[in-house]
This record gives sequence, structure tokens and C-alpha cells, in this order.
Amino acid sequence: GVSCFLQTACQCLPGCDFGSSLPERALLLVLVLVFLQGSVLPLGAASSPDVSHQDKTDNHKVEAQGHNYTKKAFPVLSIDYHYIQTPFEISLWVLLASLMKLGFHLIPRLSSIVPESCLLIVVGLLVGGLIKLAGEQVPPVMNTRLFFLCLLPPIILDAGYFLPIRPFMENLGTILMFAVVGTLWNAFFIGGLLYAVCQIQPDNPSSLHQIELLPCLLFGSIISAVDPVAVLAVFEEIHINELLHILVFGESLLNDAVTVVLYHLFEEYSGIGTVSVLDGFLGVISFLVVALGGVLVGAIYGILAAFTSRFTSHTRVIEPLFVFVYSYMAYLSAEMFHLSGIMALIACGAVMRPYVEANISHKSHTTIKYFLKMWSSVSETLIFIFLGVATVDGPHNWNWTFVTVTVILCLVARVIGVVGLTYVINKFRIVKLTTKDQFIVAYGGLRGAIAFSLGFLLDPAHFAMREMFLTAIITVIFFTVFVQGMTIKPLVELLAVKKKQEAKRSINEEIHTQFLDHLLTGIEDICGHYGHHHWKDKLNRFNKKYVKKCLIAGERSKEPQLIAFYHKMEMKQAIELVESGGGVKLPAAMPSTVSMQNIQPKKPPPALPPERALPQLSKGREEEIRKILRSNLQRTRQRLRSYNRHTLVADPYEDGLNDFLIKKQKIIELEKKITEMNNYLTVPSAPPDSPTITRARLASDPQAYSVKPTSDSVPTIQVDLASPQSPDSVNLMDEFRNARQPEQDEDRGLMMKPPSEAKGPKRPEDAEGAKDQQRLMRCLSDPGPSADEDEDEPFLP
Amino acid sequence: MGVSVAYSHVVGVWRSFFPTVSLEQIINLHKRFKQLSGNEDTISRENLDSIPALATNPIRKQIIEAFFDKRNQRQDEVGSFHEIGFEQFLMVMSHFRPPTLKTTEEEREVMRREKLRFLFNMHDTDSDGTITLDEYRKVVEELLSKSGAIGLEAAKAIADAAMLEVASTNVPHMEPDEFYEGITFEHFEQILKGLEMESRMHIRFLDVNTTTMHCGK
Repeated sequence: GVSCFLQTACQCLPGCDFGSSLPERALLLVLVLVFLQGSVLPLGAASSPDVSHQDKTDNHKVEAQGHNYTKKAFPVLSIDYHYIQTPFEISLWVLLASLMKLGFHLIPRLSSIVPESCLLIVVGLLVGGLIKLAGEQVPPVMNTRLFFLCLLPPIILDAGYFLPIRPFMENLGTILMFAVVGTLWNAFFIGGLLYAVCQIQPDNPSSLHQIELLPCLLFGSIISAVDPVAVLAVFEEIHINELLHILVFGESLLNDAVTVVLYHLFEEYSGIGTVSVLDGFLGVISFLVVALGGVLVGAIYGILAAFTSRFTSHTRVIEPLFVFVYSYMAYLSAEMFHLSGIMALIACGAVMRPYVEANISHKSHTTIKYFLKMWSSVSETLIFIFLGVATVDGPHNWNWTFVTVTVILCLVARVIGVVGLTYVINKFRIVKLTTKDQFIVAYGGLRGAIAFSLGFLLDPAHFAMREMFLTAIITVIFFTVFVQGMTIKPLVELLAVKKKQEAKRSINEEIHTQFLDHLLTGIEDICGHYGHHHWKDKLNRFNKKYVKKCLIAGERSKEPQLIAFYHKMEMKQAIELVESGGGVKLPAAMPSTVSMQNIQPKKPPPALPPERALPQLSKGREEEIRKILRSNLQRTRQRLRSYNRHTLVADPYEDGLNDFLIKKQKIIELEKKITEMNNYLTVPSAPPDSPTITRARLASDPQAYSVKPTSDSVPTIQVDLASPQSPDSVNLMDEFRNARQPEQDEDRGLMMKPPSEAKGPKRPEDAEGAKDQQRLMRCLSDPGPSADEDEDEPFLP
Repeated sequence: MGVSVAYSHVVGVWRSFFPTVSLEQIINLHKRFKQLSGNEDTISRENLDSIPALATNPIRKQIIEAFFDKRNQRQDEVGSFHEIGFEQFLMVMSHFRPPTLKTTEEEREVMRREKLRFLFNMHDTDSDGTITLDEYRKVVEELLSKSGAIGLEAAKAIADAAMLEVASTNVPHMEPDEFYEGITFEHFEQILKGLEMESRMHIRFLDVNTTTMHCGK
């Protein structure tokens, strides 16, 4: 009822023009509030379970008894809320979170000033407040098990699966230093100083005097860890450069091991009151076990997932499931042994990704991406809302001294830690961290829900001051998320910190990245110095030689990275082309009239009649083609690097493409006999399939110039209207057909073979492309010309 | 090992070729040089060829050639040496120094240009100042050469696409009958702007591990 209404209301809103939508927006807000009220009541009511439940069972008993004696009317309509209670509440919360997210983005200016996490916490506060006002008991939403087993894994998996491996590995030393040494420093500094402050309380026996050293240290270890959820939420909106992002983010991920060990260590011994040196030593060993064990567990599951994905070519629909289930099991297995679940999840995602992506279909890839983003988005939203709700819930024990000292100490410890560590790290780094970098790293150390959950986990029996701890933790979280979260964006602007480059990864950059890798490895070998390039090269070769063969199906295992990259680009272009091939005129960012014929050295062909060089294609049409390609490619490139849910762009992969490709495959099979290989250039500016390309072909392939008998001289284009006339799709076909046609796997670049009826078998097939291009555009917008029409247009006059 | 008398009077000269390097590193490089050259004063292409670790490198020939390329000696000469001495060796190595905290923005620009120039020289094998399509094709072919059974066609396609990209980025408007001769250094710089060469193209000149000096040249 209400929800349907809301949904329709929400659906019609995006179509409205903002300028005139004030009444609609107000309506939406009112509806949301009404919805909230309507939903919190059952949520609240549901959490005062026992009384009503008891009543119901009593009623049932009475009814059962009564049934024997008196017959009552058959109930036409009855309500049994209890039956669906739990799933209903969960769905309600998820719906609430999603609607909130929707709402924020409809209010334009708000989302640019205030980070989403703050708004969500406020919403949580509101909801909690509403529930309390309604007189109900706030549901214990920040249930630690719920948090660690359901809410956290999707976020971490999303982060791990899309982790940019290269910058992560390059900065691994720095990240580990910050994560391990930095967190240790924070924990001991805060814990120790807090204890000192508590002891020197001048008041009469203040409650603070009772706090022992170990609980303080425990508190320190809980509050010192930088939280990945909060960091992700804030950093994704500020778009700083990759180095800083990976430093803070990597630190937040890897400090989990330290936190786990410290937490368990201090919690164990808080009751006893002392920690001996042996325990400390065991703690260090435990740390290594936790960290490395977690990574190992994750890696094992990752390899299993990769291996499984090798065989999924016949059951494509469940491919994403393997990724999710194996990762979740890695997390649970690690948690079972008290290893670091976060590191297991990261390791699993990072290990399985290159192999899984080589094996799965494009649709599965899209599915995985979308599901991960969706789940992590919802999770994050829920976490922040629950933080708000749990804050209202309390119980709180506000102690001015404790809380303010905690907040100040957190900041001070962080700054000192970062500065000190950077001083040491810079001795070993080649690209040093500047003061600006240090500031951002220090300022970006946000605390979040993990700290709260760990605090919540404390046993009230052992820790009398648990409430005070929780209050302090919440205050620190609020402070970091609100104050630091809101001010970091203007500070980044103010300090002119380098922003993330809009990575339009071009083929040149890819070539040169690889080239550079080999060059630096070679120079290191000449110097006789086994640096990290050397080892990276060794690892790559090992990977190529053994691992890829096991884990990647079919012939993709031999595909070198450059070719894989190139294919990926082509595929994206093909999809783009199909999607927008309706002839829509898009503004071209960089219209370019350069085409292949401008590149190839012009070898004046012997005895070549002048007209032969120029195909008949109107300039206007060419321009149109180029503009579309160019603008499409711009968008494509930006997509290639997106691993952040805010940059996720709608993937236009259509169902129709598959059919096109199958048809195309048939054409190709027919054309296998044609030996002449011609290439297609798909990339940047010119439509590779423009007729101008054939000029280039002609220039470089002497035999193409020879005067052919009339039937051959006209490379008529037999276009199969149903086929995707993009040259890129050819490669797509190659990939899909790999298992079936192993002999085809040899990467022939872009092979575009004309349909079998082509009269000119020796003609450069790419001529087809140009016409295909127009074909495609036309056929998507109108039924398309018949094949005959094209036959009449000679390619060469 | 301390700085022996034999070194001290030339180290100053050597450091002029490679300013930011430390004394220890120069001495280590010199030791390595002696090892490679078989205690001679110059090394030839054969000396570098015989390094076993280089055998698996797909662009081995270009790397070795770069050491003997006169253009990398910052003296505006062209051609190549038959043998190089330690100064030339150092000069080539100096292209791989990293920027420091004190490097100013202008110095970074200069460094970037220098490193890009080094790469450009590696591609431009006929020293005519442009990378033609054939030369670029050769580069990509070499890159893919050790990667197994991939046909030349793929390399050609990739090189063509890359060349097209350079042309279209730098000279967006070309008439159909105009001709793009090859990638000039300015265009090369432009297309690789995003890679930030000065932070990427460097190696760590740590003290050479003595064990690597003993096990095989």
C-alpha cells in the first residue's frame, strides 16, 4: 500500500525538472516521514517481543481449546505478523536505507556539501529518535554478529575485488608500516596516556580511578584502528590521487590483523590484570599467524574459485555465485579460526580476479560488478543508519574528561604517528611523501562502525566501564565522520592536493607501461641488482608459465596482457557502438579527421589509376561516423578504470549483441579460407572501418593494387543486417569461440571477414566496415536498406 | 670497502655525469662495470649480451642498444659506439635517477623530458627524429615476442591503433591527403603525459648485493 505509492512517487520524480519540483520534493519528504512512522512502529513493536508473543500463544492455546467447544466463523482475513516478522523487518530496514540514499541524491546541493555518511547517521538518529518517541524499545540493530557476518563482508569484498593491485603492491611497504606500526603506536599511546589521565584525576574518588591499565589499552586498541568503511565513504567523494587513496585505504584494510590481535590479547588478560613478556611475545606470533593465516585462507579460496570458474563455460548463469560464495566462505573460515577475516577477503578477491575475469562471460562480469556495488552500497548505508540508531539507544555514560581526552589523544596520536613514520619511510621510498601527503594521510584516519562493534562486543560483566567506552567511541566516530569528513573536501581544494587523473587509459600508455616494466627489469639486471622489478618479472613469468595454464580455460591462458587489454578496449567499443548506433548525434569532444591513411607511408603504387584511391563516401557521413566513435570512445575509456561505486556507469551490454555475434561468427567461419589478413583499427579517432582505411590497406598491401577482373575489383559489401558491424565484435567472437575453435585463438588482431557472398574474395575486407557502420546506424533506426542497394554501390569506382 | 686512492681522483669526474648519486653507489656501479667488462676499461655489446638474466627480456636488444646510442650521451651526436667506457655507462644510468623531495617543479619537467627522450631514442632506431609506423610496429612486436604464440597481426593492429591515437590526439584535423610522417618528440611527450615518467622510470641504486656479483655475469 504505502510502499507501492511511494515507489510510484519516487519513479515519477526523476523525470521532473528540479526547478519546478519543490512541491514534489516536499511531497516526497512528507511521504518518507509518514513511511518512517509507519515502519518504525512495527519495528519498535516487534522488538518488545515477549509480552505480545506470549499473549498470542496464549490466545492460540485458548483458541485451540475453545475450538473443541465452540465453532467460530471461518476467518476470511487475518493478520499473522509474527509469521513474517524477521524478514519483514530486515526488508523494511533495507528499503529505508535505499530510500534515504535516493532522497539524498534528489536534493542537489546537500550531497555536495555533506558527505553521505553524515547524512545517513543523522537519519539513523532520527529513526532512533522516532522509535523512542513512539515509546517503543529501539531494536538492537548494532548486533555484533549481524555487523561482522552480514554487513561488513560485502563492503570488504567489493574493495578487495576491485583493489588496484599495481599501486597497492608498489606501496605495500609503506602501507604495512602505517597499518602495523601506526596502529600499534596509536593503541599504546592513547591507552597509556588515558590511563595516566585517569589516574591523575584530581577529584574525589572519580569513577575514572577504577579503570585499570589493561582496559585502557584495550580501549586504545579499539579506537586506534582506521576504519575502511568510513574511509571509503568519505574518500570516494573527494577524488584524491591514487597514491594517497591507496595509502589510507590500504592501511584501513591491513590494520585489521593488528586490531584483532590486540583486542583479543587485552581482552583475555584484562580480567587477570597483567600481561607478561611471554604473552607479549605470543601476541607477536599471534599477529603473524593472524595476518598471514588470513591471507593464506583467502588465497586458497581464491584459487579454488579461479579453478572452478575454468569449467563454467556451459553454466554461465551461476558464475557470479561462485565468486560470492567462495569469498564469503573465505571470510567465514578465517573468522572461525580467529584469523583476520578482512585480509582473507581481500586476498581472495585479489587473487581470483585476474583468472576469473579471463574465464567468465561478459554478462557475468557485469553481474558481479553490479551485485558487489549494490550490496556494498546497501551495507554501508545500513551501517551508518544503525550507528545513528544505536547512538540513540545508548546506554550512555558521559564523562567529560574521558571523552574529550580521548578525542584529543586520537588526533594527536594520529598526527605524531604519521609524521614519525613518514620520516622513517621516506628513507626507503623513492617517491617521497610530501608534507601535504602526510597531512591528508593523518586527516584521513577516520574511525567508524568497526570500532563501535568491537566496543559493543565487550562483556559488561568484565568491563564495568563499557558504557563509558561506548560513549567515547561514538563521540570519536561522530567527530571524525562529521568534522573530518565534512572538512576534508574543502581542505583538499585549499591545499591543492593532486586529484585523481581522469584515467583515459590509452593504448599508448599501456604499451609503454609494459615497455617500461621490461626496461627497468633489464636495467636492474645490467646493474646486477635484484630489485623489485626483477622479482615482479619473475613472478609474472611464473604466473604465465604455470598458474595461468591451470586456472584459465582454453586459449585465453596464453594471451599476453597487452593483447587482453586491447581486446577489452575493442569489446567496450563494440558495445558502445551497438548501443549508440542509432545515429544519435553526440557532441564530439575531440573531433578528429585523422585516419589510417594519414599514417601509412604512401607508396605510390605502380600503374595505379588515380580514381582507385578514393572510395565513394560522402565527407559528411564520414564525419558523422568519426564523431560518434570519438565521443563513444571517450566515455568508454573512463569506464575502464572504474572500481569505485560512485563512478559505476550503466553498462549497455544488450542481449541483442549475443545474437549478432553468433551470426557474425557464422560469417567468419565461412571466411576462414580467405587468407589475406587485414587489420582493423578500432581506436580513437577515425572510424577504423571508414573507407579511408582501405586506402591505407591498399597502400601497404601491394597485391591489393593489382588490377583485378571486374568481378573482383568491386569489393561489394554484403552486409548481414543482423550482424553487429563493428570490427571489434570480431574479436569478441574470437574470445567466445575460444573453446570451440582452438586453432582460431591465435590473435589475429581484428579480423573482419566479409560475408561469403562477397564477390571480391581478395578485397580488403575492412571495406565492409565502413558500410557496416552506416548500416548499423541506419538499421537501428529504420528497417534498413536491402542488401541489393549496397551491391550497387561499388566500393571503388 | 673504503674509497681507494685509485678512485678518488676520478670519482669527482664521474659524479658530474650522475650528480645525485652517492659515492658508495658510484663505486658499486664501477665494480659492476668491471665485472661486466671482464676487468677491461670498456664494455661491448657482447659483454651485455652475455648477462643471463637478460635472456628472458623481450626488449633485450633495444636495451643493450640504448647503452651504445650516442644520443643518450647528452652531447647532440648521433650514431652509436662500438664500446663504451664507464663515463658513458654512468651517463646512461643517470637517466634512471629518481626525483628527490627537493626537486623543484621545473627540474621535474626537465627530468621527465629527459626520460621520455631516452624512451624515444629507443624507439627511433634510424635516428631521424620521428617514430615511423614501421618502427612502432617493431616495438610492439618485440614486446609481444616472448609472449608466445601470438601472431604478428596482433602486434601490427595494436601498433597501428596506437599510432592512430597519437596522430589524432596531436593533429586532430588532417585532410585525407595529408600525411602523418611519424611521431615526433613533442607528440610523444604529449601522449605519455599522463604516465608521469619522472616518478616511474627509475631504479633503486642501492648498494649492489655482493653475492649477485659473484654468481654469473
